[in-house]
Amino acid sequence: MTTDTLAPPVTVTVPKIKSELMQQRVRAARWFLLPMLLALAVVAGWPLLRSIYFSFTDASLTDLYGAEWIGFGNYLRWTTLESGVTRYRGLLVDPAWWNAVWNTLRFAATSVFFEAILGMIVALVLNAEFRGRSIVRAAILIPWAIPTIVSAKMWSWMLNDQFGILNDLGLRLGLLSQKVAWTATAETAMQAVLIVDIWKTTPFMALLILAGLQMVPRDIYEAADLDGVHPVKQFFRITLPLVRPALMVAIIFRLLDALRIFDLIYVLTPNSTATKTMSVLARENLFDFDKFAYGSAMSTLLFLIIAVLTMLYIWLGKVRFDGGDR
Amino acid sequence: MASIELRNIRKAFGAVEVIKGVDLEVRKGEFMVFVGPSGCGKSTLLRLISGLEDITSGEMLFDGKVVNALAPSKRGIAMVFQSYALYPHMTVYENMAFGLTLEKGHSKDEIQKRVEKAADMLQIRQYLDRLPKQLSGGQRQRVAIGRAITRDPKVFLFDEPLSNLDAALRVATRIEIAKLHESMDNVTMVYVTHDQVEAMTLADRICVLRDGLVEQVGTPMELYEHPNSVFVAGFIGSPKMNFISGEKAKAFNADTVGIRGEHINIVPGNGTWTGTVIHTENLGADSYVYLEMGTEEPVVVRLDGANNYKSGDTVHIAPMPDKVHRFDAAGKPIR
Ligand SMILES: Nc1ncnc2c1ncn2[C@@H]1O[C@H](COP(=O)(O)OP(=O)(O)OP(=O)(O)O)[C@@H](O)[C@H]1O
Ligand SMILES: [Mg+2]
Repeated sequence: MTTDTLAPPVTVTVPKIKSELMQQRVRAARWFLLPMLLALAVVAGWPLLRSIYFSFTDASLTDLYGAEWIGFGNYLRWTTLESGVTRYRGLLVDPAWWNAVWNTLRFAATSVFFEAILGMIVALVLNAEFRGRSIVRAAILIPWAIPTIVSAKMWSWMLNDQFGILNDLGLRLGLLSQKVAWTATAETAMQAVLIVDIWKTTPFMALLILAGLQMVPRDIYEAADLDGVHPVKQFFRITLPLVRPALMVAIIFRLLDALRIFDLIYVLTPNSTATKTMSVLARENLFDFDKFAYGSAMSTLLFLIIAVLTMLYIWLGKVRFDGGDR
Repeated sequence: MASIELRNIRKAFGAVEVIKGVDLEVRKGEFMVFVGPSGCGKSTLLRLISGLEDITSGEMLFDGKVVNALAPSKRGIAMVFQSYALYPHMTVYENMAFGLTLEKGHSKDEIQKRVEKAADMLQIRQYLDRLPKQLSGGQRQRVAIGRAITRDPKVFLFDEPLSNLDAALRVATRIEIAKLHESMDNVTMVYVTHDQVEAMTLADRICVLRDGLVEQVGTPMELYEHPNSVFVAGFIGSPKMNFISGEKAKAFNADTVGIRGEHINIVPGNGTWTGTVIHTENLGADSYVYLEMGTEEPVVVRLDGANNYKSGDTVHIAPMPDKVHRFDAAGKPIR
């Protein structure tokens, strides 16, 4: 990721001493990149620019092309009343929006945290030699392979307050004193979403970490055994530092994914303010409430927040790489 | 210092028995070399001694005490792996100090002294802050040896430590290991190789393994002069011993006759055998002449200095009578 953005300046600063072979390689690389860049421009770049543009207009779903430029009005505008009181309106002072931002961040941080830990444990287990390992490896991927809509629906039935199996089990085992409306109650809605998301994406995390674990040579563990290093210490002093690059990449993949979570929440807890995320709110405004411009402003802000968090993560992560690896 | 005794050691991976009952004694302070063809179980035997692999049956004794179930780190051993097995994320210093820093009862100063002493011995002091990936293969190998020295072991185990090095570095590191053995005269060393030159030059005693069994144990010269079987005779010494069977061997009252290239003279006429030159190799100090005379592989004659034989020449040769090895049909020597 970082190398992509760093590459151009490097090639620009040393053009004089570039060999013919190097030039040829760079030229070939550009050709190979071209289709991807074109596709990205069409499916990501253009819609993004359109959204950003709409966020500065008064567009509505019924009149997209008659939209007029209104500047930052969707983000923040104010009117000063005769009494001298200034009234602020717009996205930046909308409590529903900040509630969604908070929900999204809370969801992303919590789910990625647990997925990283559980994923690491699963990866360590899968990395060990045991009978039937390949079957377990395949089985563990099933939650990841099921489409989100399907698994969300499945869980929403399992969590159903009247007929759900979880309530039934809880009651029979004496863990619950009465049926709980998991997805409808404000206190438990977020937990329900988190549980389903962690269940669903831990396998993905585990797989990425497993790929990193398999790059760690076996023999250094034998050297550690000879050195008398306790297995727990082996994990923290050898395994963890060596899989950290893979772990960092896995975490950023998941973080990007979690920050734009939509489908799971849309199916599992529709219309619950306790779980409404930025994406859900933006879609609602874009299509349900006929506030297309306002929804576009939300999308734009969502994009900015994700971009800033990602850059922050890469930057902080890199600082730690340098400090740790020397 | 430790002596190691193996009593009827067997090792099976699943249903496959790899070590098939090995009895062996490695004496205190001895440099023992395991040689044998690829897949004969050298590494496995070494790993059994180290404790990295569990023994299936039999007894392993260190200084007379059974250590079958003892953890590797408690056996007082250090091992140098073929692949070096350095911790890639630690500097050379940290690599060498890692085991000690986790052990209780070593002060920082003491650790530093021990690491620096080992680093001086191997001339890697200037690399102490580097990461393994910033070192050449030979430097890495020395770090691996240095890490082993730092542990101050009673037993040193080497598994083909030189096989990843180029020819010149191999010789240099081989000499360093020999010096190491001299300077650490109370440390027992077990060294695995399939390079018989390494075996001959380094060993106090060599253990020739074949197919999970000990074929012969002895000093290099014992193995060279009195091999216990056709297998050992063919394995020890370079170029390989010539084997002649059939009618020509009958004349010597044997099933197979073995004679080393350096023990054959080329004679003007009336030799024991006659052959046609098919190839010659001049190495400067000595030279090899390959003869076709109806044997399975061409017969090699080693001559001092260069030679002028050409392909197609017919030569008469005579083995030195007291250097002829006679073997029976089972491949055992007739004495
Ligand atoms: N972990 C294992 N599981 C199953 N079989 C094994 C295992 N380790 C070794 N073997 C088998 O044991 C035999 C001996 O292996 P070993 O590595 O000891 O040979 P070696 O003498 O060191 O050979 P080389 O000179 O090629 O290193 C081989 O046939 C190998 O396939
Ligand atoms: Mg081996």
